[in-house]
Amino acid sequence: MNKPQTKIEPINVEHPKADAVNRRDFFNKAWKWIGVVAVVEILGMFTGFMFSGRPKNKASQKQLLEAGSVESFLPNTVTAFFGGRFYLSRQQDGGFIALSLRCTHLGCSIAWEQEKQRFICPCHSSAFDINGEVLNPPAARALDYYPVIIENNIVKVDIGTILERNSFRKEQLQYA
Amino acid sequence: MHSIFLHLHPRQVKQSATRFNRTFGLGGMAVLLIVCQLITGVLLRFYYSPFPAEAYNSVLFIKHNVLFGQFVRNMHYWSGVFLLLLAFLHFLRVFLTGAFRDKRKTNWIFGLMLLLLIVLLNFTGYLLPWDQLAYWAITVSTNIIGYLPIFGQSLRTIILGGNELNADTLRAFFTFHTALLPLLLLVLVVYHFWQVRKAGGILLPDGEKESEMVPVMPNLVFKEFIVALALIAVLFIFSALFNAPLLQKANPTFSLNPTKAPWYFAGVQELLMHFHPFFAAFIIPTSVMVFLAWIPFLKYDNPPTGIWFISEKGRKSSEATAKFASIITLFGILFNEYLLNFELLLSPIPAFISNGILPTLIVVGFMAGYYKYYLKKFKLSKEELVQAVFVFIIAAFIVLTLVGVFFRGKDMALTFPWNAW
Repeated sequence: MNKPQTKIEPINVEHPKADAVNRRDFFNKAWKWIGVVAVVEILGMFTGFMFSGRPKNKASQKQLLEAGSVESFLPNTVTAFFGGRFYLSRQQDGGFIALSLRCTHLGCSIAWEQEKQRFICPCHSSAFDINGEVLNPPAARALDYYPVIIENNIVKVDIGTILERNSFRKEQLQYA
Repeated sequence: MHSIFLHLHPRQVKQSATRFNRTFGLGGMAVLLIVCQLITGVLLRFYYSPFPAEAYNSVLFIKHNVLFGQFVRNMHYWSGVFLLLLAFLHFLRVFLTGAFRDKRKTNWIFGLMLLLLIVLLNFTGYLLPWDQLAYWAITVSTNIIGYLPIFGQSLRTIILGGNELNADTLRAFFTFHTALLPLLLLVLVVYHFWQVRKAGGILLPDGEKESEMVPVMPNLVFKEFIVALALIAVLFIFSALFNAPLLQKANPTFSLNPTKAPWYFAGVQELLMHFHPFFAAFIIPTSVMVFLAWIPFLKYDNPPTGIWFISEKGRKSSEATAKFASIITLFGILFNEYLLNFELLLSPIPAFISNGILPTLIVVGFMAGYYKYYLKKFKLSKEELVQAVFVFIIAAFIVLTLVGVFFRGKDMALTFPWNAW
């Protein structure tokens, strides 16, 4: 007879505000949290699936393109390599720079105007000089460029590595 | 079959709710256009091939070798254009009759989401023909995304799947355009309609709430049928007369002059001509979106509902605001283009300040001064003031879009539409 009486005491009828969670609340909460976890997992899988296969930003993988011998490019000329998406520009003093075809404003293809010695963008008339420096806005940055490597008198351009810059500096030029 | 159409409706509606010019049937017409898009889209998918080497030729094949191919492509094109226009008009109607307050709050947000979704559907579809128009419009638009702060460049790379448009971009746009976005659109449309039913049908003016009940068949269903037939007729006429544009195959080394973003982004592109990209592509559009989403959650002092422009005073102030906003926008464009270019004038100062903060402050200053004068003159209530701000934004947006689409020619210089590009 004594045993059941001692067991009755801890029942929380007398403590309605007790911290102990009742069973119904516990399961309702548990289901909610399991649901949240499931949604997060599924969204995680979804994003992982979507993005892991997409190329990373500026994946620099060396990719050399042979442009030609040093002598085949006269000073003060610009040669288009549309396949590699660049213009190989040779300065008065013989320095080389490989300029990206893309205008830094909104990504249109720029065109070289030989008589005016400038690149012009057909989209918003941004203009750049032979070094890729901005002559006329709206473009705010000088043209991106690719590293030029000169070996055995052959000019090669690494089209896998695109370099961004704000303005032109002398050390961006490459000499034979 | 016709019981399906009956089940979409309540059995009876108030007589007053069946009046055509209550809503101009804009929401219903938009649904019909979505159905048109689904049917013509599925047809086009039978021939279209989402790979850069084949996409353009498959569109040519549809155009020249498939019976009714040109017509179906035109239908798809025009119903896309009309859908966006009608959804925009629907959005204006809902705002200007005050059908976004109280129990319609959530549905306003879902409506904005639907509008955005329709823009995205148009945008992803724009690339698919892989012609010069598509290639450069998407190049320019995705470069605009690149100007968003912090995550802009990586977002752009993710969208493109590289540094410029490529096979991954086309495949992703195709998947979004033909699977994910249409599915989402259908779900949201159903929800949007259900919310209208839950709010007790379309919003009626206070005076007409006691209008007598009439059976929907034939009182409403017949009217809807007539509107649907008229819309389909217009769509057929457009598709028969005007071909969807198709230029030469995309050439990544040669940009069109001028290169324009798709027409619904022409307003943003026009902003880009005058503001630093961070402001034109991020600050201004984001502020507008936040304002639109915030509108129903402002506290109002129980304005009359279901009445165009709230009151006679509201109508007058909206009219004046629309005029003022159009003129000031046009004036601002011309002024900045020909007389005062902040970036060149203040060239030692960074463009972010001279061409970003400064003109933004000038515009905001203009608006603030205008509204101060206005509040004094018209003694507007809060909801009438919010309405005036809304009208200002919409009028400016329409002017910017029209200038961008029709008055920008070679080198994006200002010109008249009849001067050949």
